[in-house]
Amino acid sequence: MYDGNLVLGGKEFTSRLIVGTGKYSSNEVMREAIEASGAEVVTVAIRRVALPGRGESILDVVDPKRYTLLPNTAGCYTADEAVRTCYLAREAGLGDMVKLEVIGDSRTLFPDAQGLLEATKTLAREGFTVMPYTNDDPVMAKRLEDAGAACVMPLGAPIGSGLGIRNPYNIKIILETVSVPVIVDAGVGTASDAAIAMELGCHGVLMNTAIAAASDPVAMAEAMKLAVRAGRLAYRAGRMGKKLYATASSPLEGVPDWTS
Amino acid sequence: MFLKVNGESIDVPAGLTIDALLSHLGITREYTAVAVNREITPKGEYATVTLKDGDKIEIVRPMGGG
Repeated sequence: MYDGNLVLGGKEFTSRLIVGTGKYSSNEVMREAIEASGAEVVTVAIRRVALPGRGESILDVVDPKRYTLLPNTAGCYTADEAVRTCYLAREAGLGDMVKLEVIGDSRTLFPDAQGLLEATKTLAREGFTVMPYTNDDPVMAKRLEDAGAACVMPLGAPIGSGLGIRNPYNIKIILETVSVPVIVDAGVGTASDAAIAMELGCHGVLMNTAIAAASDPVAMAEAMKLAVRAGRLAYRAGRMGKKLYATASSPLEGVPDWTS
Repeated sequence: MFLKVNGESIDVPAGLTIDALLSHLGITREYTAVAVNREITPKGEYATVTLKDGDKIEIVRPMGGG
């Protein structure tokens, strides 16, 4: 069944799975896991260089010529910090597409709605392709779209929690509220969570810990690739209606009569 | 003179440019960004921006993250 690509900031992506590069046990495992995930967009953090400068870099593992790097603003607690981080990323040569996080609380890592909206407005005006990490709030999603966000990325559950899609009904309402792509970011714990997000009609899923913290990250990365694809196909196929009672799959006529 | 680079106080020769500082610290320019006193410096100006005693400098690169 033909399915269009995921379009973000005018770029088209065949894969609807975006993966992170944090928390891997080794660079080799990360390289293999990203490969197995089939992802074309890969998130990175912007951090201070260790002094004196060491040779190694994440870009030796994730080739920027092959992958679209998506810098995040993780660790930013104000709109100002997040905007400055995006400018740093752009100056570093990572392009205009940013995963915008403005965190409101260190224990839950829930977004600061006000700061997020402010930073989205500023960055969209400055020509960035803004992908905001937001609460699963349809009103906020609409505000972000109006502020110029290229997509909205509601959380399924807290970052790194692996609790799955806690409020599928809100995600569904977000999908009916905005016309930009909806990408579930955070909360996915295993393949079925990713499939559920896609079955709801989401345009993509972003994850890091679910793959990196699996016992076998490379196998989980492949499971996620298949789950995102399966979920998308099921959504496009249109699921059957739910019924409370059974409906026989076999004909009711022509059953042999064994009564004596 | 002393500079605060990525939170660390370091002693460097006076009149250093950003370019010279990066070379001094052995940091590659590719996929690197520099901010001096909160202002981001375009790469084209590394050779001409002269650092002053007490400047606060941030040098960043992409790292693993989600």
